[in-house]
Amino acid sequence: MNTRGLRSQLKDSVPVTGMGPQVGAYGVQDTLRSGFSSVKNELLPSHALELSEKNFQLNQDKMNFSTLRNIQGLHAPLKLQMEYRAARQIQRLPFLQSSHLALDTLKGNDESISFEDILNDPAQSEMMGEPHVMVEYKLGMM
Amino acid sequence: MATLSVCQPQLGGFSFENCKRNAVLEAEVTKLGCNIPAARKTGTTICGVVFKDGLVLGADTRATEGMIVADKNCSKIHYISPNIYCCGAGTAADTEMTTQIISSNLELHSLSTSRLPRVATANRMLKQMLFRYQGHIGAALVLGGVDCNGPHLYSIYPHGSTDKLPYVTMGSGSLAAMAVFEDRYKQDMEEEDAKRLVRDAIAAGIFNDLGSGSNIDLCVITKGRVDYLRPHDMVNKKGVRCVYELEALPHQ
Repeated sequence: MNTRGLRSQLKDSVPVTGMGPQVGAYGVQDTLRSGFSSVKNELLPSHALELSEKNFQLNQDKMNFSTLRNIQGLHAPLKLQMEYRAARQIQRLPFLQSSHLALDTLKGNDESISFEDILNDPAQSEMMGEPHVMVEYKLGMM
Repeated sequence: MATLSVCQPQLGGFSFENCKRNAVLEAEVTKLGCNIPAARKTGTTICGVVFKDGLVLGADTRATEGMIVADKNCSKIHYISPNIYCCGAGTAADTEMTTQIISSNLELHSLSTSRLPRVATANRMLKQMLFRYQGHIGAALVLGGVDCNGPHLYSIYPHGSTDKLPYVTMGSGSLAAMAVFEDRYKQDMEEEDAKRLVRDAIAAGIFNDLGSGSNIDLCVITKGRVDYLRPHDMVNKKGVRCVYELEALPHQ
């Protein structure tokens, strides 16, 4: 792995998302939507790999962008991130399956297979997202 | 289908939802004195050796589940690409899925570069994937193949470290097999000598290690030709009693 890219990334540590308490509208745990809370569940991850897997794609992108910035200058990651942002907007409504074709092609995921494609396929998930709730969450009305 | 209020769409990949429940269940079960079912391991002897024009991979064929033989004739030499094969030791499902995923990735890669894949590519893909999962995927592999730069042999450990060597052994019977290699390995052997050496190494693992047994599979890879010999040698035929004649010590 490129050590120079890692060194420039050490200053800003990746924030641990999802491990903190989920606050609802009034600053307390939203029991109706996210169930009962438990301090033990929220402080510690349940498996050694849980945190690193949750942030894996994010960390890879950060490392690649900082390496690219060191080699080619600031314009390279800026242009790429602009393209990613544009491609991420081409999606169906949140409760429907979108193919993410443009985003996958940009990231190079169309030429590789990993556990994300085999295990836990979101198209065959047993839980159905409730359409109204998901659209409200996406639009920030919740 | 149950409708729950899920706010964000699910992602694919590993899901750690049941880990806490499993930990609680395991604590309860051990309190009662029972054991949770163990994963099926291959408890194996696998080895590989490079000879003059190519390389020979060898493996035994026993899969164990704790103290029980789960599969008397399982195939441990997995296909990665037409010129690359991989032997797998450790948890059987892990080696199976890992080699299948890398095989698919190599196929896509070779279609995109329109070249025969290299062994170094497969090695790097495997080591990066195994390091990402920090050894939780219990797959110890012996990867070998012949590409445009000649024959290459790698051993890959579950945590992601690799070694490029002319002869390697892995698995629970690796010490027995390595003893045979250390004694009789020579550089630039002929194909028949190499096959005999690998067969003897695997036989040493089979006879001296409880986790290895049944038959010996060989895979000979040279430029343009792959011989998958399954079974190459059946040293433990079921129902046949092996009688060894012990040499009597000379009387004084």
